[in-house]
Amino acid sequence: MNFEGRDVISIKDFSKEEILYILEVAQKMVPIAEGKEKSDLLSNYIMASLFFEPSTRTRLSFETAMKRLGGMVIGFSQPGTTSIQKGETLADTIRTAESYCDVIVMRHPNEGSARLAAEFASVPIINGGDGAGHHPTQCLLDLFTIKREKGSIEKNRIALVGDLKYGRTVHSLAYALALFGVDMMFVSPPELQMPKEVVEECREMGVDVTISNKLDNLDEIDVLYVTRIQKERFPDPEEYSRVAGSYRIDLKTLENAKEDLIVMHPLPRVDEISSEVDKTKHAAYFRQTFNGVPVRMALIALVLGEVK
Amino acid sequence: MKELKVQPIKDGTVIDHIAPGNALKVLKILGITETQPDSVISIAINVTGKRGKKDIVKIENRELDTKEVDKIALIAPNATINIIRNTEVVEKRRVEVPDEIVGIVKCANPNCISNMKEPVESKFIVKSKNPLRIKCYYCEREPDDISSQII
Repeated sequence: MNFEGRDVISIKDFSKEEILYILEVAQKMVPIAEGKEKSDLLSNYIMASLFFEPSTRTRLSFETAMKRLGGMVIGFSQPGTTSIQKGETLADTIRTAESYCDVIVMRHPNEGSARLAAEFASVPIINGGDGAGHHPTQCLLDLFTIKREKGSIEKNRIALVGDLKYGRTVHSLAYALALFGVDMMFVSPPELQMPKEVVEECREMGVDVTISNKLDNLDEIDVLYVTRIQKERFPDPEEYSRVAGSYRIDLKTLENAKEDLIVMHPLPRVDEISSEVDKTKHAAYFRQTFNGVPVRMALIALVLGEVK
Repeated sequence: MKELKVQPIKDGTVIDHIAPGNALKVLKILGITETQPDSVISIAINVTGKRGKKDIVKIENRELDTKEVDKIALIAPNATINIIRNTEVVEKRRVEVPDEIVGIVKCANPNCISNMKEPVESKFIVKSKNPLRIKCYYCEREPDDISSQII
Protein backbone atom coordinates (compact mmCIF):
# COMPACT_ATOMS: atom_id res chain seq x y z
CA MET A 1 0.00 0.00 0.00
CA ASN A 2 1.61 3.27 -1.05
CA PHE A 3 0.54 6.58 0.46
CA GLU A 4 3.54 8.61 -0.71
CA GLY A 5 2.55 12.06 -1.96
CA ARG A 6 -1.13 11.59 -1.08
CA ASP A 7 -3.29 14.34 0.35
CA VAL A 8 -5.47 13.66 3.40
CA ILE A 9 -8.56 15.79 2.82
CA SER A 10 -11.56 13.63 3.76
CA ILE A 11 -12.02 10.21 5.34
CA LYS A 12 -14.00 9.34 2.21
CA ASP A 13 -10.76 9.41 0.22
CA PHE A 14 -9.74 6.16 1.98
CA SER A 15 -10.93 2.58 1.67
CA LYS A 16 -11.56 0.38 4.70
CA GLU A 17 -8.32 -1.51 3.98
CA GLU A 18 -6.34 1.74 3.80
CA ILE A 19 -7.84 2.94 7.08
CA LEU A 20 -6.91 -0.35 8.77
CA TYR A 21 -3.37 -0.04 7.42
CA ILE A 22 -3.01 3.51 8.81
CA LEU A 23 -4.22 2.24 12.21
CA GLU A 24 -1.73 -0.63 12.05
CA VAL A 25 1.14 1.81 11.41
CA ALA A 26 -0.20 4.05 14.22
CA GLN A 27 -0.08 1.10 16.64
CA LYS A 28 3.62 0.64 15.84
CA MET A 29 4.20 4.34 16.54
CA VAL A 30 2.78 4.17 20.10
CA PRO A 31 6.11 3.56 21.96
CA ILE A 32 7.70 6.50 20.08
CA ALA A 33 4.68 8.70 20.79
CA GLU A 34 5.00 7.82 24.47
CA GLY A 35 8.67 8.82 24.41
CA LYS A 36 9.79 5.28 25.30
CA GLU A 37 11.61 4.84 22.00
CA LYS A 38 13.53 7.36 19.93
CA SER A 39 13.19 7.83 16.19
CA ASP A 40 14.90 9.91 13.53
CA LEU A 41 12.68 8.60 10.72
CA LEU A 42 11.77 12.11 9.51
CA SER A 43 14.99 13.92 10.45
CA ASN A 44 15.40 15.40 6.97
CA TYR A 45 11.86 16.69 6.73
CA ILE A 46 10.05 19.92 7.56
CA MET A 47 6.33 20.13 8.26
CA ALA A 48 4.48 23.44 7.86
CA SER A 49 1.71 23.83 10.39
CA LEU A 50 -0.68 26.48 9.04
CA PHE A 51 -3.47 27.18 11.52
CA PHE A 52 -5.79 29.92 10.34
CA GLU A 53 -8.16 29.07 13.19
CA PRO A 54 -7.70 28.27 16.89
CA SER A 55 -6.79 24.74 17.89
CA THR A 56 -5.26 23.06 20.91
CA ARG A 57 -5.15 19.31 20.32
CA THR A 58 -4.90 19.10 16.54
CA ARG A 59 -2.00 21.55 16.23
CA LEU A 60 -0.09 20.38 19.30
CA SER A 61 -0.43 16.70 18.46
CA PHE A 62 0.65 17.23 14.83
CA GLU A 63 3.69 19.17 15.96
CA THR A 64 4.48 16.58 18.63
CA ALA A 65 4.06 13.80 16.05
CA MET A 66 6.56 15.44 13.70
CA LYS A 67 9.08 16.15 16.45
CA ARG A 68 8.83 12.65 17.97
CA LEU A 69 9.88 11.34 14.54
CA GLY A 70 12.88 13.68 14.43
CA GLY A 71 11.35 16.16 11.97
CA MET A 72 11.18 19.94 12.11
CA VAL A 73 8.16 22.22 12.25
CA ILE A 74 7.53 25.72 10.88
CA GLY A 75 4.25 27.60 10.71
CA PHE A 76 1.80 29.88 12.45
CA SER A 77 -1.20 29.64 14.70
CA GLN A 78 -2.15 33.30 14.52
CA PRO A 79 -2.72 34.30 10.89
CA GLY A 80 -2.84 37.94 12.03
CA THR A 81 0.97 37.90 12.13
CA THR A 82 1.29 36.85 8.45
CA SER A 83 0.62 38.35 4.99
CA ILE A 84 -2.91 36.94 5.16
CA GLN A 85 -3.57 40.10 7.17
CA LYS A 86 -2.59 42.05 4.02
CA GLY A 87 -5.15 40.16 1.96
CA GLU A 88 -2.96 37.38 0.56
CA THR A 89 -5.00 34.52 -0.88
CA LEU A 90 -4.88 31.00 0.52
CA ALA A 91 -3.53 29.82 -2.84
CA ASP A 92 -0.53 32.18 -2.57
CA THR A 93 0.05 31.32 1.09
CA ILE A 94 0.15 27.63 0.17
CA ARG A 95 2.50 28.21 -2.80
CA THR A 96 4.82 30.11 -0.46
CA ALA A 97 4.70 27.54 2.36
CA GLU A 98 5.29 24.58 0.05
CA SER A 99 8.60 26.06 -1.08
CA TYR A 100 9.82 25.83 2.52
CA CYS A 101 8.56 22.40 3.56
CA ASP A 102 7.84 18.77 2.66
CA VAL A 103 4.29 18.44 4.03
CA ILE A 104 1.59 20.93 5.02
CA VAL A 105 -0.93 20.52 7.84
CA MET A 106 -3.65 23.15 7.81
CA ARG A 107 -6.82 24.27 9.54
CA HIS A 108 -8.91 26.92 7.85
CA PRO A 109 -12.39 28.42 8.49
CA ASN A 110 -13.72 27.87 4.94
CA GLU A 111 -15.20 24.60 3.72
CA GLY A 112 -13.23 23.18 0.81
CA SER A 113 -10.05 25.08 1.73
CA ALA A 114 -7.92 21.94 2.08
CA ARG A 115 -9.13 20.67 -1.31
CA LEU A 116 -8.17 24.02 -2.84
CA ALA A 117 -4.76 23.96 -1.11
CA ALA A 118 -4.13 20.49 -2.54
CA GLU A 119 -4.69 21.87 -6.05
CA PHE A 120 -1.93 24.42 -5.59
CA ALA A 121 0.58 22.40 -3.58
CA SER A 122 2.95 19.77 -4.88
CA VAL A 123 3.66 18.58 -1.32
CA PRO A 124 1.01 16.54 0.52
CA ILE A 125 -1.75 18.49 2.31
CA ILE A 126 -3.19 17.11 5.53
CA ASN A 127 -6.53 18.64 6.50
CA GLY A 128 -6.73 19.57 10.17
CA GLY A 129 -10.32 20.84 9.77
CA ASP A 130 -11.92 22.98 7.06
CA GLY A 131 -14.79 25.00 8.51
CA ALA A 132 -17.83 22.77 9.00
CA GLY A 133 -16.35 20.36 6.44
CA HIS A 134 -13.95 17.52 7.16
CA HIS A 135 -11.58 16.59 9.96
CA PRO A 136 -10.18 13.27 8.75
CA THR A 137 -7.37 12.92 11.29
CA GLN A 138 -9.87 13.27 14.16
CA CYS A 139 -11.92 10.52 12.56
CA LEU A 140 -8.87 8.26 12.25
CA LEU A 141 -7.86 8.82 15.87
CA ASP A 142 -11.42 8.09 16.98
CA LEU A 143 -11.35 4.79 15.09
CA PHE A 144 -7.89 4.04 16.52
CA THR A 145 -9.20 4.70 20.03
CA ILE A 146 -12.16 2.35 19.57
CA LYS A 147 -9.84 -0.33 18.19
CA ARG A 148 -7.31 0.04 21.03
CA GLU A 149 -9.93 0.21 23.77
CA LYS A 150 -12.32 -2.46 22.50
CA GLY A 151 -10.06 -4.74 20.45
CA SER A 152 -11.97 -4.18 17.23
CA ILE A 153 -14.10 -1.54 15.55
CA GLU A 154 -16.72 -3.88 14.13
CA LYS A 155 -18.17 -5.62 17.15
CA ASN A 156 -19.58 -2.59 18.93
CA ARG A 157 -22.83 -0.71 19.24
CA ILE A 158 -22.00 2.95 19.26
CA ALA A 159 -24.07 5.97 20.36
CA LEU A 160 -23.20 9.41 19.03
CA VAL A 161 -24.61 12.02 21.42
CA GLY A 162 -25.03 15.82 21.42
CA ASP A 163 -24.77 18.23 18.51
CA LEU A 164 -24.98 15.92 15.52
CA LYS A 165 -26.04 18.65 13.11
CA TYR A 166 -23.09 21.02 13.17
CA GLY A 167 -20.41 18.82 14.76
CA ARG A 168 -18.04 18.09 11.87
CA THR A 169 -16.36 15.16 13.60
CA VAL A 170 -19.56 13.13 13.94
CA HIS A 171 -20.46 13.24 10.24
CA SER A 172 -17.12 11.75 9.18
CA LEU A 173 -17.19 9.31 12.08
CA ALA A 174 -20.69 8.07 11.23
CA TYR A 175 -19.58 7.42 7.65
CA ALA A 176 -16.41 5.62 8.76
CA LEU A 177 -18.28 3.47 11.30
CA ALA A 178 -20.81 2.54 8.62
CA LEU A 179 -17.87 1.49 6.42
CA PHE A 180 -16.97 -0.96 9.21
CA GLY A 181 -20.57 -2.18 9.47
CA VAL A 182 -21.16 -0.74 12.94
CA ASP A 183 -24.76 -0.19 14.08
CA MET A 184 -25.32 3.25 15.57
CA MET A 185 -27.65 5.29 17.75
CA PHE A 186 -27.87 9.02 17.03
CA VAL A 187 -28.98 10.84 20.19
CA SER A 188 -29.59 14.59 20.00
CA PRO A 189 -32.15 17.31 20.65
CA PRO A 190 -34.56 17.53 17.67
CA GLU A 191 -33.01 20.83 16.50
CA LEU A 192 -29.52 19.32 16.37
CA GLN A 193 -30.27 16.00 14.66
CA MET A 194 -27.87 14.24 12.33
CA PRO A 195 -28.38 15.60 8.78
CA LYS A 196 -30.72 13.47 6.69
CA GLU A 197 -28.12 12.77 4.02
CA VAL A 198 -25.70 11.32 6.60
CA VAL A 199 -28.42 9.05 8.01
CA GLU A 200 -29.42 7.93 4.51
CA GLU A 201 -25.83 7.27 3.52
CA CYS A 202 -25.27 5.09 6.61
CA ARG A 203 -28.46 3.12 5.92
CA GLU A 204 -27.51 2.69 2.26
CA MET A 205 -24.23 1.22 3.48
CA GLY A 206 -26.28 -1.44 5.25
CA VAL A 207 -26.01 -0.52 8.93
CA ASP A 208 -28.80 -0.22 11.46
CA VAL A 209 -29.31 3.39 12.59
CA THR A 210 -31.61 4.44 15.45
CA ILE A 211 -32.51 8.10 15.98
CA SER A 212 -33.57 9.28 19.42
CA ASN A 213 -33.73 12.44 21.51
CA LYS A 214 -33.25 10.50 24.74
CA LEU A 215 -30.17 8.78 26.00
CA ASP A 216 -31.55 5.48 27.25
CA ASN A 217 -30.80 1.79 26.70
CA LEU A 218 -27.27 2.53 27.87
CA ASP A 219 -26.94 -1.15 28.80
CA GLU A 220 -26.87 -1.95 25.06
CA ILE A 221 -24.11 0.52 24.22
CA ASP A 222 -20.37 -0.24 23.99
CA VAL A 223 -19.10 3.20 23.01
CA LEU A 224 -20.63 6.53 23.98
CA TYR A 225 -19.27 9.29 21.75
CA VAL A 226 -20.24 12.66 23.26
CA THR A 227 -19.98 16.03 21.52
CA ARG A 228 -20.34 19.58 22.73
CA ILE A 229 -23.65 21.38 22.33
CA GLN A 230 -22.67 24.93 21.47
CA LYS A 231 -24.37 27.83 23.20
CA GLU A 232 -24.44 29.92 19.99
CA ARG A 233 -26.81 27.41 18.35
CA PHE A 234 -29.58 28.56 20.69
CA PRO A 235 -31.07 32.08 20.60
CA ASP A 236 -32.42 31.64 24.13
CA PRO A 237 -29.79 30.97 26.87
CA GLU A 238 -32.37 29.23 29.10
CA GLU A 239 -33.29 26.87 26.29
CA TYR A 240 -29.60 26.09 25.84
CA SER A 241 -29.17 25.27 29.54
CA ARG A 242 -32.23 23.01 29.51
CA VAL A 243 -31.20 21.12 26.35
CA ALA A 244 -27.50 20.86 27.19
CA GLY A 245 -28.34 19.68 30.73
CA SER A 246 -30.46 16.80 29.47
CA TYR A 247 -27.49 15.25 27.65
CA ARG A 248 -25.01 15.66 30.46
CA ILE A 249 -23.09 12.49 31.31
CA ASP A 250 -22.48 11.95 35.03
CA LEU A 251 -22.17 9.03 37.42
CA LYS A 252 -25.94 8.66 37.60
CA THR A 253 -26.22 8.41 33.80
CA LEU A 254 -23.63 5.66 33.83
CA GLU A 255 -25.35 3.57 36.55
CA ASN A 256 -26.91 1.19 34.03
CA ALA A 257 -23.98 1.20 31.66
CA LYS A 258 -22.10 -1.92 30.63
CA GLU A 259 -18.98 -2.62 32.69
CA ASP A 260 -16.74 -2.00 29.70
CA LEU A 261 -18.57 0.95 28.16
CA ILE A 262 -16.15 3.66 27.06
CA VAL A 263 -16.97 7.35 26.93
CA MET A 264 -15.25 9.32 24.16
CA HIS A 265 -15.23 13.04 23.37
CA PRO A 266 -13.26 14.98 20.72
CA LEU A 267 -12.79 17.76 23.31
CA PRO A 268 -12.93 20.57 24.28
CA ARG A 269 -15.79 19.74 26.64
CA VAL A 270 -17.71 22.30 28.60
CA ASP A 271 -20.42 20.73 30.78
CA GLU A 272 -21.43 17.68 28.78
CA ILE A 273 -19.29 15.23 30.77
CA SER A 274 -19.10 15.79 34.50
CA SER A 275 -15.52 15.81 35.84
CA GLU A 276 -16.51 13.02 38.28
CA VAL A 277 -16.59 10.67 35.26
CA ASP A 278 -12.88 11.35 34.62
CA LYS A 279 -11.87 8.96 37.39
CA THR A 280 -14.03 6.06 36.23
CA LYS A 281 -12.82 3.28 33.96
CA HIS A 282 -15.34 4.45 31.38
CA ALA A 283 -13.47 7.71 30.65
CA ALA A 284 -11.46 7.21 27.47
CA TYR A 285 -11.32 10.82 26.29
CA PHE A 286 -7.85 11.69 27.51
CA ARG A 287 -6.43 8.47 26.07
CA GLN A 288 -8.27 9.43 22.88
CA THR A 289 -6.44 12.78 22.94
CA PHE A 290 -3.10 11.00 23.26
CA ASN A 291 -4.01 8.74 20.34
CA GLY A 292 -3.93 11.77 18.07
CA VAL A 293 -0.13 11.61 18.25
CA PRO A 294 0.56 8.07 16.94
CA VAL A 295 -2.18 8.39 14.30
CA ARG A 296 -0.72 11.67 13.02
CA MET A 297 2.80 10.21 13.17
CA ALA A 298 1.60 7.36 10.97
CA LEU A 299 -0.05 9.70 8.48
CA ILE A 300 2.94 12.05 8.15
CA ALA A 301 5.38 9.14 7.74
CA LEU A 302 3.08 7.49 5.18
CA VAL A 303 2.48 10.54 2.98
CA LEU A 304 6.22 11.35 3.07
CA GLY A 305 6.89 7.82 1.87
CA GLU A 306 9.11 6.90 4.84
CA VAL A 307 6.74 4.10 5.81
CA LYS A 308 5.49 1.98 2.94
CA MET B 1 -51.95 34.19 -44.70
CA LYS B 2 -49.46 32.21 -42.60
CA GLU B 3 -47.21 34.45 -40.55
CA LEU B 4 -43.72 33.33 -39.59
CA LYS B 5 -42.93 34.33 -36.06
CA VAL B 6 -39.26 33.43 -36.35
CA GLN B 7 -37.53 33.19 -39.69
CA PRO B 8 -35.61 30.02 -40.63
CA ILE B 9 -31.86 30.65 -40.69
CA LYS B 10 -29.39 29.94 -43.50
CA ASP B 11 -26.32 29.11 -41.44
CA GLY B 12 -25.85 28.69 -37.71
CA THR B 13 -27.32 26.84 -34.73
CA VAL B 14 -30.89 26.27 -33.62
CA ILE B 15 -31.45 25.23 -30.01
CA ASP B 16 -34.91 23.71 -29.84
CA HIS B 17 -37.07 22.19 -27.06
CA ILE B 18 -35.85 24.50 -24.31
CA ALA B 19 -38.26 24.43 -21.36
CA PRO B 20 -40.52 27.52 -21.60
CA GLY B 21 -39.05 30.62 -19.99
CA ASN B 22 -35.44 29.47 -20.06
CA ALA B 23 -34.24 30.85 -23.42
CA LEU B 24 -32.58 33.92 -21.92
CA LYS B 25 -30.79 31.81 -19.34
CA VAL B 26 -29.53 29.58 -22.14
CA LEU B 27 -28.01 32.59 -23.88
CA LYS B 28 -26.49 33.74 -20.62
CA ILE B 29 -24.86 30.35 -19.99
CA LEU B 30 -23.52 30.25 -23.53
CA GLY B 31 -22.04 33.69 -23.02
CA ILE B 32 -23.82 35.00 -26.07
CA THR B 33 -24.65 38.64 -25.60
CA GLU B 34 -25.46 41.66 -27.65
CA THR B 35 -21.72 42.36 -27.94
CA GLN B 36 -21.32 39.75 -30.68
CA PRO B 37 -21.82 41.77 -33.82
CA ASP B 38 -21.57 38.88 -36.30
CA SER B 39 -24.53 36.91 -35.02
CA VAL B 40 -28.18 37.69 -35.39
CA ILE B 41 -29.95 35.96 -32.54
CA SER B 42 -33.67 35.20 -32.59
CA ILE B 43 -35.47 34.09 -29.47
CA ALA B 44 -38.92 32.60 -29.32
CA ILE B 45 -40.48 32.15 -25.91
CA ASN B 46 -43.59 30.04 -25.20
CA VAL B 47 -43.94 28.67 -28.73
CA THR B 48 -46.55 25.91 -29.04
CA GLY B 49 -44.89 22.77 -30.37
CA LYS B 50 -45.98 19.13 -30.77
CA ARG B 51 -45.05 18.36 -27.16
CA GLY B 52 -46.46 21.53 -25.60
CA LYS B 53 -44.86 24.91 -25.00
CA LYS B 54 -41.18 25.50 -25.51
CA ASP B 55 -38.54 28.15 -26.17
CA ILE B 56 -36.31 28.28 -29.26
CA VAL B 57 -33.02 30.11 -29.80
CA LYS B 58 -31.55 30.65 -33.29
CA ILE B 59 -28.01 31.89 -33.64
CA GLU B 60 -26.97 32.90 -37.14
CA ASN B 61 -23.51 32.37 -38.61
CA ARG B 62 -22.20 30.52 -35.62
CA GLU B 63 -21.92 26.75 -35.07
CA LEU B 64 -21.76 25.92 -31.40
CA ASP B 65 -19.40 23.11 -30.47
CA THR B 66 -20.23 20.19 -28.17
CA LYS B 67 -18.53 21.65 -25.10
CA GLU B 68 -20.45 24.88 -25.42
CA VAL B 69 -23.85 23.36 -25.83
CA ASP B 70 -23.46 20.74 -23.12
CA LYS B 71 -23.31 23.55 -20.59
CA ILE B 72 -26.97 24.30 -21.20
CA ALA B 73 -27.96 20.80 -20.13
CA LEU B 74 -28.08 22.18 -16.58
CA ILE B 75 -31.24 24.15 -17.30
CA ALA B 76 -32.44 22.65 -20.56
CA PRO B 77 -31.78 18.91 -20.35
CA ASN B 78 -34.24 18.10 -23.15
CA ALA B 79 -32.91 20.64 -25.63
CA THR B 80 -31.89 19.57 -29.13
CA ILE B 81 -29.13 21.22 -31.14
CA ASN B 82 -29.47 21.63 -34.89
CA ILE B 83 -26.51 22.79 -36.94
CA ILE B 84 -27.69 24.51 -40.12
CA ARG B 85 -25.64 24.97 -43.27
CA ASN B 86 -27.21 26.56 -46.32
CA THR B 87 -30.69 26.12 -44.75
CA GLU B 88 -30.16 22.33 -44.34
CA VAL B 89 -29.92 20.58 -40.97
CA VAL B 90 -26.51 18.90 -41.21
CA GLU B 91 -26.33 17.72 -37.62
CA LYS B 92 -28.95 17.12 -34.95
CA ARG B 93 -28.28 15.93 -31.43
CA ARG B 94 -29.42 16.18 -27.85
CA VAL B 95 -27.48 17.97 -25.15
CA GLU B 96 -25.55 15.82 -22.71
CA VAL B 97 -24.71 16.71 -19.12
CA PRO B 98 -20.90 16.87 -18.75
CA ASP B 99 -19.16 15.01 -15.89
CA GLU B 100 -17.76 18.26 -14.52
CA ILE B 101 -19.24 21.75 -14.55
CA VAL B 102 -16.63 24.50 -14.34
CA GLY B 103 -17.26 28.22 -14.01
CA ILE B 104 -21.01 28.07 -14.66
CA VAL B 105 -22.63 27.45 -11.27
CA LYS B 106 -21.82 29.34 -8.08
CA CYS B 107 -21.68 27.31 -4.86
CA ALA B 108 -24.70 28.03 -2.64
CA ASN B 109 -22.59 27.75 0.51
CA PRO B 110 -21.41 31.27 1.40
CA ASN B 111 -18.58 29.80 3.47
CA CYS B 112 -17.23 27.68 0.61
CA ILE B 113 -13.65 28.55 -0.37
CA SER B 114 -14.77 28.86 -4.02
CA ASN B 115 -16.79 31.94 -2.97
CA MET B 116 -13.73 33.66 -1.49
CA LYS B 117 -11.22 35.74 -3.44
CA GLU B 118 -9.17 32.77 -4.59
CA PRO B 119 -7.80 32.25 -8.10
CA VAL B 120 -10.14 29.35 -8.92
CA GLU B 121 -13.32 28.88 -10.90
CA SER B 122 -16.29 27.19 -9.30
CA LYS B 123 -16.31 23.47 -10.01
CA PHE B 124 -19.05 20.88 -9.59
CA ILE B 125 -18.98 17.13 -9.98
CA VAL B 126 -22.08 15.56 -11.52
CA LYS B 127 -23.39 12.91 -9.11
CA SER B 128 -26.36 11.90 -11.19
CA LYS B 129 -27.53 12.99 -14.64
CA ASN B 130 -31.17 12.00 -14.28
CA PRO B 131 -32.37 13.49 -12.00
CA LEU B 132 -29.59 16.05 -12.22
CA ARG B 133 -27.59 16.19 -8.99
CA ILE B 134 -24.30 18.05 -8.67
CA LYS B 135 -21.96 18.64 -5.75
CA CYS B 136 -19.36 21.31 -5.20
CA TYR B 137 -15.85 19.94 -5.79
CA TYR B 138 -14.55 22.02 -2.89
CA CYS B 139 -17.13 21.94 -0.07
CA GLU B 140 -19.21 18.98 -1.39
CA ARG B 141 -22.56 20.74 -0.86
CA GLU B 142 -25.37 20.09 -3.30
CA PRO B 143 -27.33 23.17 -4.43
CA ASP B 144 -31.10 22.84 -3.89
CA ASP B 145 -31.90 24.88 -7.00
CA ILE B 146 -29.21 24.70 -9.66
CA SER B 147 -30.72 27.27 -12.02
CA SER B 148 -30.73 29.99 -9.34
CA GLN B 149 -26.99 29.46 -8.82
CA ILE B 150 -25.97 29.96 -12.44
CA ILE B 151 -23.33 32.67 -12.65
